[in-house]
Amino acid sequence: MILGSYVPGTSVLHRAPVWLKLLVLCALMVGLFWFRSPVTVLCGAALVLVGCSVSGVGVLEVGTRLRPMLWFLVPLTVLQGVWVGPVRAVVLVGSLLVAVGLATLVTLTTREQDLLDAVVAATRPLRPIGVDPERVALVLALTVRSIPVVAALATQVQQARKARGAERSARAFAVPLLVRTVRHADRLGEALQARGVDDG
Amino acid sequence: MSVVGTGGRPRGVRSRAGEQAGGPAGPLTMAIESVTHRYGERVVLQSVDLELSERRIGVVGANGSGKSTLARLLNGLVVPTEGRVLVDGLDTRTHGPAVRRRVGFVFTDPDAQIVMPTVAEDVAFSLRRTGLSRAETAERVAAALDRFGLAGHADHPAHLLSGGQKQLLALTSVLVTEPDVLVCDEPTTLLDARNTRQVAALLDDLPQQVVLVTHDLDLVAGFDRVVVVDEGRVVADAAPGVALAAYRELVG
Repeated sequence: MILGSYVPGTSVLHRAPVWLKLLVLCALMVGLFWFRSPVTVLCGAALVLVGCSVSGVGVLEVGTRLRPMLWFLVPLTVLQGVWVGPVRAVVLVGSLLVAVGLATLVTLTTREQDLLDAVVAATRPLRPIGVDPERVALVLALTVRSIPVVAALATQVQQARKARGAERSARAFAVPLLVRTVRHADRLGEALQARGVDDG
Repeated sequence: MSVVGTGGRPRGVRSRAGEQAGGPAGPLTMAIESVTHRYGERVVLQSVDLELSERRIGVVGANGSGKSTLARLLNGLVVPTEGRVLVDGLDTRTHGPAVRRRVGFVFTDPDAQIVMPTVAEDVAFSLRRTGLSRAETAERVAAALDRFGLAGHADHPAHLLSGGQKQLLALTSVLVTEPDVLVCDEPTTLLDARNTRQVAALLDDLPQQVVLVTHDLDLVAGFDRVVVVDEGRVVADAAPGVALAAYRELVG
């Protein structure tokens, strides 16, 4: 799920071309949600496990990345269980888990650079209508890079709030976080300029 | 392909005969001519005239004195409201890109300067559009990381580096383009004593001309020249001994 987490390795999954991985991933997703049956979910889950062991990424690594999904999967299971019955609820939630698990495997075994390259290659045909593939890649990379930075800012703000005894104030969290994020964006822009991004 | 290494003319990478002999041909001249700069109503630099051509130049001054703006003049990040800045004869107002190719800039906060998710990618980002092939880029990146002791971190996410390592990465990413001048705006302010020493030693060894803005007076004590800025004006400009004494007197 969260990028910036490449696990180095030399397995088949690591060496396969990115476009192939993305294509297979797409095909599997379509299959998964097209059939939405217990069999496909089980097959998918088996595939995730096989992928884990082949790539040497480890089930735990993938598992940790799926954990945040529990926040909405648990209520979803309950709701779906009531609305459409327990079997279909489990199949739906299972499909979601398998889908994210497969996607996680791809991100864990692919360098961001290669992933970005693939996206750039895919956007290249759009150049005639004014899309700049390099700009697209840069925006994606900056997004990936900014997630941990903003997360760190959030931690700082939270600690500052605690130190000043305003733990419960939402405003004491949101306002400084926003200010710091905007200031960070400002500095980032300056750094991009210094590194010659718009210099052609 | 990628943000790295698509075609185009070479930039930032020039062959230099002087390199084997231990550094660029010689320091170039950066001329700040009758510069006044305002942010809105606020005057941050007032009638500054400087000709910088020493190998090691320190800039010191209180917070808000205008020294960061002064540093940003040198690579065209800030174009002055009045007056002009010439780097090796190139006006930053009209030749910004050419100036930035020759003048590398290191910021205080490496988190803002590191733009790519992983260590090697960030260094490679500096080499995009140099006309280098993927293999050549990778080779240069590896060599640069090795030189600055980051070789073991090539594939690590940048956010997992320590503060000192992040600043080293920021430096590496700038130096991989082999600029003639390195301008550093308080590069050690966020670092602990040990990392400060490491960065200082590294700057010391560089063949490049260095302009270092800092609050750490020890860092510039051995420099060729120190400029003291106060309230937007140059109030002292001399060898470190004289200039730093003037600065200490100024801050009481």
